[in-house]
Amino acid sequence: MSFDAAVLRAQFPIFLERINGRPLHYLDNGATAQMPQSVIDAVSFHDRHARANVLRGVHTLAERASEAYEGARARVASFLNVPETEIVFTGGCTASINLVAHSYGSLLHPGDEILLSVLEHHSNIVPWQLLAERAGLAIRVLPVTDDGRIDVAALPRLVTERTRLVALAHASNVTGAVLEVAAVVDAAKAVGARVLLDGAQRIPQGPLDLAALGVDFYAFSGHKAYGPTGVGVLWGRGEILEAMPPFMGGGSMIGRVNFAGTTYAPPPRRFEAGTPPIAQAVGLGAAMAFMADLDWAGVEAHEMGLTQRLMDGLGTLGARIVGPRGLQGRVPVVSFVLDRIHPHDLAQILDQHGVAIRGGHHCAQPLMDRFDLPGTARASIAPYNVAADIDALLDGVEDAKRRLA
Amino acid sequence: MSDDLYQQAIVALARDASHAGKLEPAAATAQRDNPLCGDRVTLTADFAADGTLSEIRHKTRGCLLCEAGAALVASHATGLNAAKAAQAGAAMRAWLRGEAVQGLWQGAEAFAPVRPKKSRHDCVTLAFDALAGLFETRS
Repeated sequence: MSFDAAVLRAQFPIFLERINGRPLHYLDNGATAQMPQSVIDAVSFHDRHARANVLRGVHTLAERASEAYEGARARVASFLNVPETEIVFTGGCTASINLVAHSYGSLLHPGDEILLSVLEHHSNIVPWQLLAERAGLAIRVLPVTDDGRIDVAALPRLVTERTRLVALAHASNVTGAVLEVAAVVDAAKAVGARVLLDGAQRIPQGPLDLAALGVDFYAFSGHKAYGPTGVGVLWGRGEILEAMPPFMGGGSMIGRVNFAGTTYAPPPRRFEAGTPPIAQAVGLGAAMAFMADLDWAGVEAHEMGLTQRLMDGLGTLGARIVGPRGLQGRVPVVSFVLDRIHPHDLAQILDQHGVAIRGGHHCAQPLMDRFDLPGTARASIAPYNVAADIDALLDGVEDAKRRLA
Repeated sequence: MSDDLYQQAIVALARDASHAGKLEPAAATAQRDNPLCGDRVTLTADFAADGTLSEIRHKTRGCLLCEAGAALVASHATGLNAAKAAQAGAAMRAWLRGEAVQGLWQGAEAFAPVRPKKSRHDCVTLAFDALAGLFETRS
């Protein structure tokens, strides 16, 4: 295999769009990545030829829908190197984390502790705060280093005998820093705690071997992985899922319903009450197939080349990087700030250049407080990005400085 | 009128420091956050015996439109009572939505380029929310 960004880019019809009279330079992949034609086609094909509910009907369309849905589960499982029975489809990464907070969380006891970090997305903070309120748990928080990494050196101080779950971002949606997973797993296992990783920003970077990673739960969303919105994945170790009670009740998740006492289906169906996001899951399956075919060594070299080009250019323009300055242990997500220019204003001006970035607190307000910032500008790079995208962003930053600084 | 969101009039308003800061002590403090973007406006104020606002300062941590909105509010707030403050906020919101309104404050027309940018309306009106809050919290 070899990697050619221009060839890949041609698979994404969104790049035929013009924004404010200019080519689209999409650098907001950390919020939502674009979908290749193969994914768009898979969703469309499903709705035209196989639209029906799953795991219920016996007619032809129902058979097709169930096959497509379970086929998608198999593709996700293969991408993560785990059994299909451990893959739960949800509405998104947030829904996946909330599922664990409600279901696994119901097994915890007053005084138990959950360990988070300062750089977590609100989706990996608020569900635990709600659980802590409900169940009388305590939340402890790992600090963040000056270069935007979770400070694993603080693990011995913050992991205690009462720690039951460590829930951390595999990669920061703000700084791009990748977690030192082994250190976290070692510390957690030493006290018998489970580890959940929020993989929303890591999953677009290629296949994983979750069993080898040593974690217990992994959550991500489809739309950041070149798939549709409205679908996400929760992976959990089989024996842990087996011990967890249902989160939502409804159709599909039952064994037998009886007013004397209802029994529940085994995982993953136990956690997929009601009609699941079928077409979206099929699209995610297609996205997994798309990703599985990429030359990931080539992708990484390409993305890191663009990341370096971006950080060099921003440095020349006087921007301050919020996160690791180097390429080691990071994903191609780059946050930065400029003197006297608010990130929203920068993002608005960049839009006039056809450049899409994200400006704001990125649903990571504790991290903003850590760095005493109202927000950052964030460019997040995908395999289909090219040098022209980075250069357009840098031109836009120069324009913003001319107009606002 | 330029359709540039960052035309000189808005930039100048945002950079206007004439009412920037904090009154200490203050009869009332109102802080409003935009949960979507994290912008924050903090207003401090004193009141005359008749209940009208007599002095105001704003401390704004937000985008340029938020800063400009706060400066606009602070420059017009003196002499307002609660009803007039509420009317001013309602008029500004309606005007941003594209409605024709009476009693729009002088200088507000600088925000005309914001009208088609619905995602930025709250940036401008955050300070109006805080202004209403001053009358709710005054001691």
